[in-house]
Amino acid sequence: MNVEQPKYKTSDQVDFVVVGSGAAGGILAKELSENGFRVVVLEQGPYLTEADFTHNEIKILNEDLLTNHPKLQPNTFRKTPDQTAQPQRALVYGRLVGGTSVHFTANFWRLHEIDFVERTKIGPIAGTGFTDWPITYADLEPYYTKVEWEIGVSGLAGASPFDPPRSKPYPMPPLPTKGSGVIFEQAARKLGWNPFPAPMAILSQPRPGRSACINCGFCLAFGCEVGAKSSSLASAIRVAEKTGRCEIRPNSYVHRIELDANGRATGAVYFDAQRNVQLQKAKAVVISANGAETPRLLLLSANKQFPNGLANSSGLVGKYLMLNSGAVSVGVFDQPLNDYKGFAVSRILHDFYEMDPHKVGFYGGGGIDARFDVTPIGFANGGLPPGTPTWGKEFKHTLAHNFTRSMEVMSHGTSLSLESNSFSLDPELKDAWGLPALRLTYKDHPDDLKLAAWLNARALEILDAAGAQKKWSFPIEEQQFAVHLLGTCRMGNDPKTSVINADHRTHDVKNLFLCDGSSLVTSGRGQPTMTIEALAFRAADRIRDLAKRGEINA
Amino acid sequence: MTIDNNRRNFLVRSCSSLTALWVSAHWPALLSAASHARSAAQSPGTTKLEFFTPDQAKEIDAITSRIIPTDETPGAHEAGVVYFIDRALTTFAIDNQKIYREGLPEMQARTHELFSALDQFSAATPEQQDEVLHSFDEQTAGARRPYRPRAAAQSFFDTVRLHTVVAFLLDPDAGGDPNGIGWKVIDRERQHMFRPPFGYYDQNYPGWQPGSASDKAKP
Repeated sequence: MNVEQPKYKTSDQVDFVVVGSGAAGGILAKELSENGFRVVVLEQGPYLTEADFTHNEIKILNEDLLTNHPKLQPNTFRKTPDQTAQPQRALVYGRLVGGTSVHFTANFWRLHEIDFVERTKIGPIAGTGFTDWPITYADLEPYYTKVEWEIGVSGLAGASPFDPPRSKPYPMPPLPTKGSGVIFEQAARKLGWNPFPAPMAILSQPRPGRSACINCGFCLAFGCEVGAKSSSLASAIRVAEKTGRCEIRPNSYVHRIELDANGRATGAVYFDAQRNVQLQKAKAVVISANGAETPRLLLLSANKQFPNGLANSSGLVGKYLMLNSGAVSVGVFDQPLNDYKGFAVSRILHDFYEMDPHKVGFYGGGGIDARFDVTPIGFANGGLPPGTPTWGKEFKHTLAHNFTRSMEVMSHGTSLSLESNSFSLDPELKDAWGLPALRLTYKDHPDDLKLAAWLNARALEILDAAGAQKKWSFPIEEQQFAVHLLGTCRMGNDPKTSVINADHRTHDVKNLFLCDGSSLVTSGRGQPTMTIEALAFRAADRIRDLAKRGEINA
Repeated sequence: MTIDNNRRNFLVRSCSSLTALWVSAHWPALLSAASHARSAAQSPGTTKLEFFTPDQAKEIDAITSRIIPTDETPGAHEAGVVYFIDRALTTFAIDNQKIYREGLPEMQARTHELFSALDQFSAATPEQQDEVLHSFDEQTAGARRPYRPRAAAQSFFDTVRLHTVVAFLLDPDAGGDPNGIGWKVIDRERQHMFRPPFGYYDQNYPGWQPGSASDKAKP
């Protein structure tokens, strides 16, 4: 688009540099520029638009055109800090203007009240960083509403008896009900549960410059060709550009935050497209690079003043990573669902969102959804029942029979925060720019695995009640691949036990703010993007107020 | 080898993907391979093979035809899969040349070992061909590392299998086989947009209605 964008010089001291243009960065760019500030957004990936998002399975399957590239940006993984991490693709995130919001599934659940105060309600959990947020659901509610109306979320208010209070209904009705949704709804009701239309960040009605969903069937992992998916690209970025005060600068890979002698951030240092090093000067810096790259950037910015990494006096930068637990069961039915048509999810249930640990024997809660989210090649390679041959007549016939008749029932749940679960800098492996690679250290808390198994048992009950011809589950095992990147620069009032305060300001550097999945204190029950965006709207208000009062660099 | 049910592999394969890792970094070349396969399939006999000799191509065609056989519906042969692979091996899958170069003679040797009258895989009966492939398949299965996504398929047969599936199921409008044979076989319609009802189960669905709120005890 690049509509009426200003072109700031790197030597211009703009009001804000925002690192990252995804779910949080896009909204911060929009809000800050709409409030009159001059903003430069530095995005490591390219600026692609709807014209680039074809129904090209290869392009997406292959490309890493939309995502972090395993060759340019390799990772390592280990389960525990005593191990030496081995090279392995360990995470995926959107690496383009709009970030992960371009290719996500677009499930947009709000957190519930309990997510913010659960530690107080159920008490401490030994060996974990389980704690309350410094803000409550009530603090965030107006901003959830803002996300729904300004970014575009479809859904049905009041449809779930477990929904938290809301100040406004959704701005548009739910998307159509898929076959998987009908099957799920009828079965769950038989079981006495409360299925309801999934809130999705996909338009069910057109908006200016954006089409309603055309049910093309290329949603998860793909960019939307018609602007129906409410990515930052399709929504906030376009608004930010129209202010005439916001420059989106793609192919700009930030690798250090520059400080002055007083410990104030003076700008962001980045590699441009030609791999020349640039410094964009700014009065304040906001990092919204995601829950992996934000802590990495702070660790890469270590200097004499901050030898353990910028804003890391707590030692918690990169730690308390939470990925959300989960499980998947698959059912095959007699008649074609054709669930490849349309977006992924049309029905969910939240009956098990909040559970009493004393009754179930573990901490946690979650949601369950009905979905189909795989392409034909992905289905052929991973979607057939265990034991199916991978070639020959039976393979072909099972593939041909099951492709239109399969659906998934997916469980999403809490992860407990453990200090040993983290993103950090690998001591040996480097990326294509010569910077230390991301190292993932992760081992699920036993309760997370118990929760996943418990929810999955409910998923199988749903498939049974639905009369599935065949059903099976993927094994529940410790995770070693990260998609939801949460908690790595957590929010809190105490500088000893958190990285940012409730204004998203780092405790250590007054004009440095962090806002993305790293800010979360608890994991929620899955589907974090809605909360990341609500936090971004709220952070923008807080930062604006500080700036207008002259307190950012006071 | 049978389908494994590893959750993570499923995710990785489905969205960001084992297949994705395999096709890594070369999508323009892959598209080129696909369109090459398309034109090759459209004008058989006039096609210049770029990697395989005609004899080798006949062998590969026979192998892919056991992976996705032709029966009451078309298979890999009709979808021109061998041409896709030929082009792939001079472009994005150039690293796999060695696997094919070494793997094909080994498979022919195995054919001869099992059926001494035969030197060519393609000369065997379908049953004999399956026996040869199974003898490789078992080795492949034993070599798997279940929790580690592979950057590439590791054996000759595994490689041909993956290449065959990808060539067969590529989006026909994104360089897959021109007649959309693979998608027809799995009943995947080719339209660019759809309207509900999508299938059998939602066709008479009356729309969401509030349920009677459950008083079933929550755990």
